[in-house]
Amino acid sequence: MSVRDESENSGAAVPEDDAAVDLEAEFQDSHVQEVLDKLDRELIGLLPVKTRIREIAALLLVDRLRKRFALTAGTPTLHMSFTGNPGTGKTTVAMRMAEILHRLGYVREGHLIAVTRDDLVGQYIGHTAPKTREVIKKAMGGVLFIDEAYYLYKPENERDYGQESIEILLQVMENNREDLVVILAGYRDKMERFFLSNPGMRSRVAHHVDFPDYSPAELMAIGKLMLAEQNYRFSPEAEKAFAEYIPLRMKLGQFANARSIRNALDRARLRQANRLFAIKPKRLTKRDLMTLEATDITVSRVFQEGLADADEILRR
Amino acid sequence: MMTNPGNRLTQGQFSFLPDLTDAQITAQIKYALKHGWAIGVEYTDDPHPRNVYWEMFGMPMFDLKDPAGILMEINNCRKTFPNHYVRVTAFDSTQGWETPRMSYIVNRPKTEPGFGLVRQEGDGRRIHYTVHSYATDKPETERY
Repeated sequence: MSVRDESENSGAAVPEDDAAVDLEAEFQDSHVQEVLDKLDRELIGLLPVKTRIREIAALLLVDRLRKRFALTAGTPTLHMSFTGNPGTGKTTVAMRMAEILHRLGYVREGHLIAVTRDDLVGQYIGHTAPKTREVIKKAMGGVLFIDEAYYLYKPENERDYGQESIEILLQVMENNREDLVVILAGYRDKMERFFLSNPGMRSRVAHHVDFPDYSPAELMAIGKLMLAEQNYRFSPEAEKAFAEYIPLRMKLGQFANARSIRNALDRARLRQANRLFAIKPKRLTKRDLMTLEATDITVSRVFQEGLADADEILRR
Repeated sequence: MMTNPGNRLTQGQFSFLPDLTDAQITAQIKYALKHGWAIGVEYTDDPHPRNVYWEMFGMPMFDLKDPAGILMEINNCRKTFPNHYVRVTAFDSTQGWETPRMSYIVNRPKTEPGFGLVRQEGDGRRIHYTVHSYATDKPETERY
């Protein structure tokens, strides 16, 4: 089988130097635009991130065209680091990244394996290497997403096995560049310290993407999108109340951007269900079941006492 | 009469063909992964056909999507045991099968001494025949 493949490859003629290729056609062909559009639609804000993803997509596309002229430049390093505060969409973007890379043919399968320190580092001597290798093997052909990557390296404990895991990762990131893409994610300052103490890691990560915090207007849009996905909606008063809620909540501690918004909406749903249950109306319409009223939001402790809701604090 | 020049071991799939290239092995692994079979890498230095349980090199590999990881493991095994037999098995866990569906050699010693025919005279001068691997005359790890 492979014998025939080889003969076909060697038979393909390399186009002349001034032969033209159609960038537009190639772009259409890869269906990357669909993913980018989906990214625009479903991810509010994050302008620097989207620009960066477009740039990477462009690089990969041009690289593909160059390959047609036999202008090989080696597989580009695609390992990335995503830094940003909690709830800014790092995991979601990583998932999309896997899809984009798959469409451009840079990863073969396009799946995402999300891991943390626990999945990579073992508990006793000799446990770490097989564990890390196992995860790497699973991620091959796709994207390995390491959340809170800085926990791999614990300088205060010199017998920590995290270093061993980092070394295996480094080796794979260098030798198996065409087999998998590693994305490291975490909070900005901690990631920076991690890279400072692991220069090998820093030099192997080509793209550093920073996720900015959301503005209140963006958070509002995100909230509405989340509700629409779950077939809920705000009444006009509730929307006003939620618009007041967001800046109040942002001032309080432990604000986790989109994640806090999701939690707030979950609690509002809870209150809505309670409210409907308490008044026991004879007939509930579809609209009643779908609509969140202002009272569902204003009873939050953020309004009442200027505190984040208790269950949210407990959840951390 | 020499029927098997070089005394190449012929066990499992593709064993009468020249050794598989890495690209061919990758294609075979892809086939196994497509069917959802778990792939294991095994090695031995006792090539007797009745020696069916070879040592496993690491764990059997479940839930993989891409052959690259398995090829990496095969190459690790070849590096560790350059002069052993290494084979790849694909295990099918669906009920009713529960057995290896594929098995093929991916590494063999540089020289294979082959097998000799042993005749044993039994009751009533009846002859019992069996094969004996010349390699196993030496203790383990010194065979090749």
